[in-house]
Amino acid sequence: MSQAGGTTPKAGRSDRIARQVVLPFRKSLEISLKSIQVRFFRSMITVASLVLAVAFLSFTLTGSDVAVGLLQSGEPQQRLALVDAGYDLPSLPSAAVSPADEAARLTTSPKERWIVILSLLVCTVGIVNAQLMAVTERFREIGTMKCLGALDRFILRLFLLEAGMQGLAGSLLGAVCGVLIGLLVGLVRFGWAAVTNVSLVAIGATLGLSVAVGAGLSLLGVVYPAAVAARMRPVEAMRAQE
Amino acid sequence: MVEAHNIVRVAGVARTFTMGTQVVQALRGVDLTIKAGEYLSIMGPSGSGKSTLFNMIGGLDKPSTGKVFIDEVDIAQLDAYELAWLRNRKIGYIFQTFNLIQVMTALENVTLPMTFAGASQDEATEKGLELLGLVGLRERHAHRPQELSGGQQQRVAIARSLANTPAIVLADEPTGNLDLTTGEEIITLLKRLSSDRGVTVISATHDYKMLNVSDRVVWIRDGRIDKIEERAQLNITVGGIGTREG
Ligand SMILES: Nc1ncnc2c1ncn2[C@@H]1O[C@H](COP(=O)(O)OP(=O)(O)O)[C@@H](O)[C@H]1O
Ligand SMILES: [Mg+2]
Repeated sequence: MSQAGGTTPKAGRSDRIARQVVLPFRKSLEISLKSIQVRFFRSMITVASLVLAVAFLSFTLTGSDVAVGLLQSGEPQQRLALVDAGYDLPSLPSAAVSPADEAARLTTSPKERWIVILSLLVCTVGIVNAQLMAVTERFREIGTMKCLGALDRFILRLFLLEAGMQGLAGSLLGAVCGVLIGLLVGLVRFGWAAVTNVSLVAIGATLGLSVAVGAGLSLLGVVYPAAVAARMRPVEAMRAQE
Repeated sequence: MVEAHNIVRVAGVARTFTMGTQVVQALRGVDLTIKAGEYLSIMGPSGSGKSTLFNMIGGLDKPSTGKVFIDEVDIAQLDAYELAWLRNRKIGYIFQTFNLIQVMTALENVTLPMTFAGASQDEATEKGLELLGLVGLRERHAHRPQELSGGQQQRVAIARSLANTPAIVLADEPTGNLDLTTGEEIITLLKRLSSDRGVTVISATHDYKMLNVSDRVVWIRDGRIDKIEERAQLNITVGGIGTREG
């Protein structure tokens, strides 16, 4: 530890100095978690659109999981129910259409897919916007940390960690809600068979995909705001007080 | 103090700000040498360039022309790591608006610079509590800034500025947001720390209460040094404003 009157670093000793300013990962995690906790309401707003978009994604995927489950039950009345519900299937299994092909027809339509993609895009823009606001609100805090010796990458890491955790929690919530609502809708349309025939593996994959997409978008949305925050000069901390 | 060395040297520092077509000359060539262990006040009216000079000395902003040396090292030559090291270890900052991190407790605020310096959690906690004790807030260590009064927040900020035993404590209007008595308490505390620990205190202010404790006062006006007064001269010039005690 440096004593009063110690020497200032000279050029050529950067290696030693680089190791002297640190922020251990565990400590970063602690700070990010605390930041989310204390600003819980703010975090909720940031992830709200993500929860909705991910819920929509997993709801749509669950819809086809249910349909595929019904088809693969092999029961003729389930096939008829699917045809009644508007799925493009022959009323009886036919040699012209292979089972794999039939299952493919039960996945989301191009139009549905576009709506889902569009909602995810809108949500990403929402995240960028919310995170930029968060950065503006925290100008002073960021500048202060830099005055205390924080490197650009400490700030970057704190924002990425925070967004990662928010993204994970938000998408998990959204994905679970989406699956539950998807199953509920299946139940209403096709009765108990919808729930009993659906494959757990398919639902698991839906959950996994939705969480991954959501967390990924959350990280993507924070890259630019976090870079803005990290590059901020400490002198702006003092300007921000006016 | 034996033969104090020059801890800060400001040589021909000018700083201009360009805002659109308007050019503001915040500093117009400042030369200043500060000795280790000194308690120096930079006095001047609002807008005279005190904060700009504070930022230059603290390595928070770069001069348009001229150089700033800390311990005879030109800080313009330092890279990002070395600058961070300087801010972390060598200089402690105190601001008018306290600038505590709102989501952290008093203790966490004080230990953050130690964490950056690589101290272990236990080490940092122990020293953090000791520093909070020094400013009389040990039992308030678990409080967040918004649960503390202005004066208490500034005390926490002072404790934080001392976290890594810096050679220099820089304060920009430390009493600017405080009432008269609280401001006086903060000044007394700063003076005590300066004489007990041998820290160089450089304080930008327009608070005349600061004159009583300063070893030297730099009067700044329109971005230039107007005059520099030693304590002995001060007693004569501003004898009416406050008399030296002790
Ligand atoms: N970042 C900036 N951009 C533009 N003008 C600035 C900036 N910082 C300071 N100034 C100007 O420089 C002058 C000196 O400001 P400052 O150093 O803050 O004075 P003081 O701290 O003595 O009140 C003022 O006229 C102020 O408006
Ligand atoms: Mg000022």
